[in-house]
Amino acid sequence: MIPELGNFAVMLALCLAALQATIPLVGTYTGNQLWMSLCRPLSSGVWVFIALAFACLAYAFLQDDFSVAYVARNSNSMLPAYYKFAAVWGAHEGSLLLWVLILASWAYAVSLLSRNLPLDILARVLSVMGLISVGFMAFLLFTSNPFERQLLNMPPEGADLNPLLQDFGLIVHPPMLYMGYVGFSVAFSFAIAALLTGRLDAAWARWTRPWTNAAWAFLTVGIALGSWWAYYELGWGGWWFWDPVENVSFMPWLVGTALIHSLAVTEKRGVFKSWTVLLAIAAFSLSLLGAFIVRSGVITSVHAFAVDPERGMVLLALLLIIIGGSLFLYALRAPVVKGSASYEGTSREVFLLINNILLVVSTAAILGGTLAPLIYEAIYGEANRISVGPPYFNIVFLPLMALLSVFLGLSTFSRWKRTSVAHLKEQGTKAAIAAVILGIGLPLLFTMEVDWGAMLALSLALWIVFCIARDLWDKSSNRASRVAALKSLSLSYWGMQLAHFGFAVIICGVVLTSHYSVEEDVRLAPGESIEIGSYEFRFDGVVERAGPNYDAASATIFVTKNGAEYMTMHPEKRTYRARGDMQTEADIDVGFFRDLFTALGDERGEGAWVVRVHLKPFVFWIWFGAMLMAAGGITAILDRRYRTKRVADAIAAPLGTTAPDTTTGGGAPVNA
Amino acid sequence: MSNRAKLFIPAAFFLVMLGLLLFGLGKGRDPNHVPSALTNRPLPEFTRQALFDPNGTVSSEQLRGGIFLVNFWGTWCAPCHYEHPYLVEISEREPDITFVGVNVSADYPGEPERARDFLDERGNPFKISLIDDDGSLGIDFGVTGAPETFVIDSSGTIRYRHVGVIDNDVWAETFEPLLAQIR
Amino acid sequence: MHAARKQKLMIVFAILLGSAATVALLLFAFNQGLNVFYTPTEVAEGKVAARQNFRIGGMVKEGSLVKQGLEGSRIAFVATDMNEDIPVEYTGVLPDLFREGQGVVADGYLDESGVFQAQQILAKHDENYMSAEVKAALDAAAAKKAEQQ
Repeated sequence: MIPELGNFAVMLALCLAALQATIPLVGTYTGNQLWMSLCRPLSSGVWVFIALAFACLAYAFLQDDFSVAYVARNSNSMLPAYYKFAAVWGAHEGSLLLWVLILASWAYAVSLLSRNLPLDILARVLSVMGLISVGFMAFLLFTSNPFERQLLNMPPEGADLNPLLQDFGLIVHPPMLYMGYVGFSVAFSFAIAALLTGRLDAAWARWTRPWTNAAWAFLTVGIALGSWWAYYELGWGGWWFWDPVENVSFMPWLVGTALIHSLAVTEKRGVFKSWTVLLAIAAFSLSLLGAFIVRSGVITSVHAFAVDPERGMVLLALLLIIIGGSLFLYALRAPVVKGSASYEGTSREVFLLINNILLVVSTAAILGGTLAPLIYEAIYGEANRISVGPPYFNIVFLPLMALLSVFLGLSTFSRWKRTSVAHLKEQGTKAAIAAVILGIGLPLLFTMEVDWGAMLALSLALWIVFCIARDLWDKSSNRASRVAALKSLSLSYWGMQLAHFGFAVIICGVVLTSHYSVEEDVRLAPGESIEIGSYEFRFDGVVERAGPNYDAASATIFVTKNGAEYMTMHPEKRTYRARGDMQTEADIDVGFFRDLFTALGDERGEGAWVVRVHLKPFVFWIWFGAMLMAAGGITAILDRRYRTKRVADAIAAPLGTTAPDTTTGGGAPVNA
Repeated sequence: MSNRAKLFIPAAFFLVMLGLLLFGLGKGRDPNHVPSALTNRPLPEFTRQALFDPNGTVSSEQLRGGIFLVNFWGTWCAPCHYEHPYLVEISEREPDITFVGVNVSADYPGEPERARDFLDERGNPFKISLIDDDGSLGIDFGVTGAPETFVIDSSGTIRYRHVGVIDNDVWAETFEPLLAQIR
Repeated sequence: MHAARKQKLMIVFAILLGSAATVALLLFAFNQGLNVFYTPTEVAEGKVAARQNFRIGGMVKEGSLVKQGLEGSRIAFVATDMNEDIPVEYTGVLPDLFREGQGVVADGYLDESGVFQAQQILAKHDENYMSAEVKAALDAAAAKKAEQQ
């Protein structure tokens, strides 16, 4: 009964979404206010029914309803309740329902939080989102329905969730990731609306920015969670592998970052308009591409859902319509006339242009590397397979990010329209000197070794931090009290600085852990130990232990620090009974400044095992930095300017002219 | 190139990529077909204790002159529970195929008894049932988990190894075409 | 020269330089990251130079895995495509799904004595996975064998 209800709810939602995609849009062409205003109730309706459908599927899982084929394939009565819930999105069909739910949620949010948006713009935006919803809901209902029943031969027990997924990571990583991917559909819809109306101006950019920032923040968190999950779950101590599926999540993020910055320029100065629209289309397109690649079997990866090529075809057709359609619309309707504002050689506009170029080139390089094996096979045939490994990606990506860091620091002092080189020099020189001295000095001091790569990267991270500090110093020097001055700075400024600071923290984490990790894979007999840094790890043998749904070989590793007792660690090798899968469970002592990572390798006879012991300095900073970046993105959204009702927005300037700069008064640019 | 024409570049680029992805799909990979080292080779010789007759044995000699489906399973294996009713139904529908059940003990105490009870209660699709109590037959076949099913043709050659559950969809999509070829 | 034209020229020059540098970087990176794949048969035929980095794929030959008696965490096994065998040595932790009779892909180089020194053994986390490269290798070797008979 409940599964049927869920199925019916999706059908209703599809009908409502179809109405949402058409009626308000028609209303914008006929000028019918009533039809346009239907966009709000229609999106609410869609959300209600999809939420209901999702609840029905979750209910089926929690009640162990194995008459639902999807539940039977992915759950088991012995699974803890929270995993039963997370199993809803553990495989293709259910994760598609999650996708559709999140899409409906973003549309609903747009309908709720857009009081100051002109009705005809809102109508277009929600129509486009409705159109996308229709596509995915139809795909779900007709090819990948999670509510399919198996009543005649209902299995008494489920096939269990893949043990690799029986983890906290499954509960948080996919939802956050989808919030990001799908969130870019809002920016996408705004871009389409702009192309349809021909109104592409500062106001448009201001409406789009908070939604883009929010999606970007979620995607940042989603990717960081994925990396962290891989780190503690896979048992190797690695946290990024340039795996195709990782790359495919990273590309929308890079383009999203470019988009955020490009939107700033369009809002402030009315330039880069076409480019911004293209980026908005590209960000969502890359999200869709990612979804396709993961599900179609086109590129093999550990992450890939097992889906048949037939469904892949349908998904590809959906992509053709959405991405192809939007790109053609872009080609036909994007403004050819440039914005008339001019800017000079070292203005903020130029710095942001450089930011965009570097990010887009990185994206293109990663896309190339990811698709290269497929391209090779297409040209040279199946006999000549290649694969492209991390060295390619690192060699391309890291120098580009290094360049980006240099310009990031400088851009902190840049002003719109015109910045004198002398000004940049005056602001930046001390920061640069301090950064280089500490960047070279600190590693030297702590490790007594010269590692140019680490020193360069550390200098760059410190450069960013010192530039931020210098700018804060300057901006707070005009008032009687520094604290009051800092408080008066806008949230959007603080968001920017926080996000950039987070970026610097990530650089530190990545570099310091990559260069200074000590990783040992050693064969240890019981009683033998290995020393790393000031720690000593003594292997005290392995015992058999039974868990709830697995059997484990559990090791005891006694750790001392500087000779004094420190802690005991218990890495395990688990065999899950239901499917016979084997898994390595690392034991990680997480610290702010370093992680101790231990994992069991394999048995080598006479009680001896190969044990993996890593000392990983600052690895926590990678995810900590990502969280700071996301926090910065969210902070910027909370800025007052996005909440004030602006009557002027309702009369937006037509295409081709510069919008009056309504956000700051002339001269000194204080806000981001 | 005129300014307007330049704007078509992204669309063109997308179409090229679409072509590439179409090619990728068209290669038609079957994710459940895991090539086995034994594919197209004769099935390993073995003699093992029968499940229902403690004194009896089952040997590979018995798997000749017909189509055999060798299914590795265990009562401790949840997906096997899911698959079981399908096996029962399919074995009744396809009388010319002999289902052989290899019960994997996997150090599970009392497994043979449990296995007998399980088959008595839930139906027995297996015309031949044996026990692999030390897992060595699994190793000979290259089995890495349960359930796994091997298709043996009338000359005693392993034609296909299926990893994972068999349900009606899997049977229709994967086994039926293969069996049509073999018959 | 007109100031605006000079600026334009500078920009064009900067773009050209940047593009050239980027392309050079990409080509270099690609070369470094490219993993070429050889089958045991191809290795046996001498298609690979000693000390050249490549990937070898095939099956782990039954009964060939030696885990003890070697120094430290060193192991040895034989990679086969049912046509030719290549001995492999590796120091480190073996992936969970590494097993005799299963597919394996190893990254490393062939030393002077014809032993493949693996620097990495590639693992997947799904018992259903056999690398497409390995499958292709086995198919090619089987075809070759059939040819020879």
